[in-house]
Amino acid sequence: MKYVDEFRDPALIGHAADEIRRLAAIDRQFRIMEVCGGHTHAIYRFGLHELLPSNVELIHGPGCPVCVLPMGRMDAGLSLALEHGAIFTSFGDVMRVPGRNGTPLQHMARGVDVRMVYSPLDALEIARRHPSRHVVFFAIGFETTAPSTALTIVRARALGVPNFSVLSNHVTILPAIKAVLDSPDMRLDGFIGPGHVSTVIGSRPYQFIARHYRKPVVVTGFEPLDLLQGIAMLLRQLREGRAEVENQYARVVSDNGNQPALRALDQVFELRTFFEWRGLGFISQSALKIRAEYAQWDAERRFDVPAIDVADPVAAQCGEVLKGVLKPSQCKLFARECTPERPVGALMVSSEGACAAYYSHL
Amino acid sequence: MCLAIPGQIVSLGPEPHLAVVEISKVRRQVNVDLLQGEALAAGDWVLIHVGFAMTRISDREAVEQLRLLAMLGEDEQAMRELEGYSFDEIR
Repeated sequence: MKYVDEFRDPALIGHAADEIRRLAAIDRQFRIMEVCGGHTHAIYRFGLHELLPSNVELIHGPGCPVCVLPMGRMDAGLSLALEHGAIFTSFGDVMRVPGRNGTPLQHMARGVDVRMVYSPLDALEIARRHPSRHVVFFAIGFETTAPSTALTIVRARALGVPNFSVLSNHVTILPAIKAVLDSPDMRLDGFIGPGHVSTVIGSRPYQFIARHYRKPVVVTGFEPLDLLQGIAMLLRQLREGRAEVENQYARVVSDNGNQPALRALDQVFELRTFFEWRGLGFISQSALKIRAEYAQWDAERRFDVPAIDVADPVAAQCGEVLKGVLKPSQCKLFARECTPERPVGALMVSSEGACAAYYSHL
Repeated sequence: MCLAIPGQIVSLGPEPHLAVVEISKVRRQVNVDLLQGEALAAGDWVLIHVGFAMTRISDREAVEQLRLLAMLGEDEQAMRELEGYSFDEIR
């Protein structure tokens, strides 16, 4: 299995790091944002930031779903269990996200019916097994998980499951990148494009970043060598004055994405006029709501879901970290009041959050 | 939830949207609706997200992805996720 050894070869890693040093050997800063939380996790895990010259800086982007979820949505979801007696279901990452009165796990300890699932289809299965109870699936994620939620709703209709609904918190990556680009303190030079999101949307939708904002984008895989090659490709574009969308991860990501997934998204969801993102504020056309045809499975239409506005803890500087203005360690609470065991801000909750990734590899 | 878990298709069906996949001797049912038109066959590898096969990948990419999960310290979490899929639409 030569190919495995090839990727493991430290010489190849060394060669890629040398190439980065050669390309970066001029008197300027290169500020590169990795959009996806999976990349943030991999970068710290493999210590890749330590291989880069000091003038190549990685900024952690908004691509961590639990990190950008406003606390009020968590409370809105839990209210369905507390006030309507529903069984609250969601993924493991959500179970540790604090709402105003604690996390879903803490609610579970108080006797609220909260259940962790690995797939939205598991939540639908719980509803089929408990026909006398209502089961709500707290849906979260970018384009990687949204098609699965869409198809689960289609299944619920096909199977005629009346006691199941979805509270959609799905968001889309492109408006968030645009919000970062339009931010007045934006000083980015290029983007490492997401890997798994791009398997759904393809590499083509990032063209506007290259064309309108003149910033290069390289869709990149998750291996150490992938990330180093992606950074080198960005630096090469910047040195040559190019701004293009390139695909380092073509062995998995195509130009046009996954058509059945895009059709499922379009069939079940439409864009919300605006949606609140933690740290980034309200972003127009940035989130998915369930179409009227599927109203019966939309928790927001079936229940009086409160619009709860909960300000983040004043001292936590999640917003500045999310926009790349501050490094995690520059937040006043980092590693003091806010740790992975007792997270104050959501960036400390998920292993893909910038603060948790930074903390665990200090 | 953002984990991509590689799985090898053991069998397709019994309904057109279902397949049984295996990694490390664990077999679970997954949904293959997102790979319509891919002409899947037993032996093919796919990347799975939250119970849905999302991308068909090469044998080589599957090996790389398994190793990547181990390197990221996420291999046990991936197995827990796969074992945790409890939907069984056949009844």
